[in-house]
Amino acid sequence: MDWRRFAIIALVIAIMFGTVVLVGISQNSPLVIITSMLATTIAVATPLTLGALSGLYCERSGVVNIGIEGMMLGAAFFGWLAAIYMNTIFHQAPMLSLIIGVFVAILTGGLFGLLHAVLSITFKVDQIIGGTVINILATGITGFLNRQMFFGSGSVFGGQVPHAPGVLPSIHIPLLADIPVIGRIFEQQPIALSAVALVVITHFVLFHTRWGLRTRAVGEHPRAADTVGINVVFMRYANVIIGGCMAGLGGAYFTLESISSFEPLMTNGRGFIALAAMIFGNWTPFGAWAAALVFGAAQALQINLQFFRDLIPPQLAVLQNAYVVGLAPYILTMLILTGLIGKTIPPAADGKPYEK
Amino acid sequence: MQNKDGQPPVKKFKDLLNSFVKKLKELLGSLLIPLLAILTAIVVGGIIIAVVGGDPFAAYAGLVQGAFGSAKALSETAVWATPYIFAGLAVAVAFKGGLFNIGAEGQLAFGAVTAALIGYALPGWLHMSLPAYIHIPLAVGLGVLAGAIWAAIPGALKAYTGGHEVINTIMMNYIALNITSYLLNGPMRDPDPLNLSARTPEIAVSARIPPIFPDLRVHWGFVLALIVAVIIWWLLWKTTLGFEIRTVGANPDAAKYAGINVKRTIVITMALSGALAGLAGAIEVTALNYRHELGFSTGYGFDAIAIALLGKTNPFGVVLAAILFGAMRNGGTEMQFLTQIPVDIISVIQALILLFVAADAIIRFIYRIRIREERVVLTRGWGS
Repeated sequence: MDWRRFAIIALVIAIMFGTVVLVGISQNSPLVIITSMLATTIAVATPLTLGALSGLYCERSGVVNIGIEGMMLGAAFFGWLAAIYMNTIFHQAPMLSLIIGVFVAILTGGLFGLLHAVLSITFKVDQIIGGTVINILATGITGFLNRQMFFGSGSVFGGQVPHAPGVLPSIHIPLLADIPVIGRIFEQQPIALSAVALVVITHFVLFHTRWGLRTRAVGEHPRAADTVGINVVFMRYANVIIGGCMAGLGGAYFTLESISSFEPLMTNGRGFIALAAMIFGNWTPFGAWAAALVFGAAQALQINLQFFRDLIPPQLAVLQNAYVVGLAPYILTMLILTGLIGKTIPPAADGKPYEK
Repeated sequence: MQNKDGQPPVKKFKDLLNSFVKKLKELLGSLLIPLLAILTAIVVGGIIIAVVGGDPFAAYAGLVQGAFGSAKALSETAVWATPYIFAGLAVAVAFKGGLFNIGAEGQLAFGAVTAALIGYALPGWLHMSLPAYIHIPLAVGLGVLAGAIWAAIPGALKAYTGGHEVINTIMMNYIALNITSYLLNGPMRDPDPLNLSARTPEIAVSARIPPIFPDLRVHWGFVLALIVAVIIWWLLWKTTLGFEIRTVGANPDAAKYAGINVKRTIVITMALSGALAGLAGAIEVTALNYRHELGFSTGYGFDAIAIALLGKTNPFGVVLAAILFGAMRNGGTEMQFLTQIPVDIISVIQALILLFVAADAIIRFIYRIRIREERVVLTRGWGS
C-alpha cells in the first residue's frame, strides 16, 4: 500500500464527507455529522470488507473468485432461513436464532467455496466461468426456495408468516463508546466489528505466519512451492473455503444485521464492488479495507443526502437525485481499474490452474 | 472407367461417404456433452422438485405443454428466444475475441431506451410522421449504436489501460441501471395520468415491427435473429475481421506478431458484442412491448452467458441453446400455473446446465466418456 493510493483514498473520503457537512451544517454541528457519516460508512462497508477479504484469500492462493456475489446472496438466504426457522422452533429466542443463523450463513459460504474449489482446482474449469456458475446458481436457488418456502403451497411454515427474529443488536464497546459525540462510531453491530477485526487478523495471517507464506507461495509460483514440499492443491482448497466463509459472514450482514428480511437479488452487486475494492487495495487486507470504506462512504453520502434533501442548495440540485449520486461508486471503480490511480499487481499465478 | 481425378467413382463416393460419416460423428461428439449436461440438469432439477414436495413428472409435463403444446405456445417460445439469440450471440462473439462481456444487460437496456426514445419522440421532434421503412431502421439502428458505444467503453479501457472487462462491464451495468432508472422516472416517463410505473410512452405505430401472424405475438424479430446468427457465423469464419477477432481471442501475442492491431480488434469485438445486445433491446421495444419499462430486462445478461457457453460460442449452437432457454422460460409459467412449482426452478436448472457444460469433466466422469476435445480458453486472469 503506497502513500499515493492512501492519500487519494483519504482525499476521496474527505470530499464525500465535506459535501454532506456543507449541506447539513445549518442543522447540526460538523462533528455530529462527521461522526454519523463515519458510523454509517463503517456499517455499510461491512459486506464490502468481508467480500474483499473473501477474494483476498482465494486470489492470494491463485484462484480468481468472481462468485463472491452469489456466495453472499446464498449465505444471506440460508442464514436468514435458519434464523427464522430456529425462532419458530424455539418459540421466540431471537438471540440464539440469530447466532445459529450467522453460523449457517458462514457454513453456506464455505460450501459455495468448496464448490468453487472443486470446479476450479480439481476440474480446472475456467475460474471466471466457475464464479459465474455460482452467481447464477445462487440467484436461482434463493429465488426458488424463497418463493417455495414462504409463498408456495409447500411452504414450510404452513402458509403463515413466521416471526422474524429481528437483527443483531449493536455492541457497546466499553471506554471507546463512552467518549462523548465520537463514541457513536464505536457503537457497531457484531458483524461490522468482526469485519474490522478480520482485516487485522487476515493481515497477520497472510504476512506473519507460515500458513500465509505458503498461501502466497502457491499463488505466486505454485511449481516452486510444490518443489519445496507445499501441497498446492490442499493450500488452494483450504484458502478458497476460508474465502467462502468470509463471503458467508458478509452475506449474514444483509439479512441478520442490516434488515430482518430476505429479498431476491438483495446483494445488488456488492460482491462485485468488493472484488473491485480488493483490486484497488492491491491484494492487501488494509488496502482492501480502505477501498471498501471509500465505497461505504459513497453509500453513506447517498443516505445522508437523502436525509438532508430539503437543505440542498439549488446550485447543487444534482445531489438531490439519488440515481446520479448512486453512480459515484461504479464510476470510481472503473477509474480505479483503468490504472489512473496507480497500477495494481495481482498474484502471479492468479487464475491459472496448477498442472503437475 | 476413370474420371479426371484418376479415381474410380465408387472410391470417390466411398471417400465422400467416409468424410460425411466422420463429420456426422464429429457433430454428434460435439453435441454429446451439451445434451448429457441438459439431461443431467433436468434430472437433478427433478430431484430438487421432488425434495420440496412437488411432482417432477407433472412439472416437466406442464413445462413441455407450455413450451410446445400449441401454436400459441410455440409462438411464445419464439418470442422468448428472440432476445436470447441476440444476447447469446453478443456474449459468444466476445468470447471468440477472448473477452468476457458480463455487461449484455446494460447494453441491452441502453439499446431499448434509445429505440423507445426514437420510437415515440422522433416524429414530434421533426414535426412530421415518418414512414415505417425509415422509422423502424432508425429506431433499431440507433439502439444498436447505443449498445455498441456502451460496450466499446469497457473495450477501450481494456485495450488501452488494461482495466479488466469483467469488472468494468458489471460496473457499466449498474451505471446503465441508474441512468435508465433516472430517465424512466424523470424525463422519459410516460406522462399518461393513469401510469404508475417507470416506463416510456408507447412508440409511434410507424416504429413498430409487425407480428408474422395476425393472432400470435411471434414477430419478424425472430426471423431477423436467425438471419443475424448466419451473418455472425459468416463474419467470424469467412472474413478478415472475423479471423482477426478469433486470432486475438486465441492468442493475443501471436496476433500481434502476425501484424494484427490487437487493441483496435479488442475495441471492435466489444462494440460488435454490444451492438448485438443493443439489438436485443431495440427489437424487444419495437416488435414486442412497444415501450421500455424498468425491470423488464433483468436477468438477460446472465442468461446470455449460459446460452453462449451451452452453444459452445458457435452461432448455430447459440440459436439452439437460446430456443431451449426460451422454451424453458415460456413453459415455466405454464408449469407454475399447473403445479404451483415456482418458475424460479428454471433458473436453477439453467445454472445446473451451465455448471455441467463448463465442468464437462463431471459429465465425462458420470457417463464414462473418453472422447477428448480441444479445450478452448475463454477468459484470462487479471494480469494479461
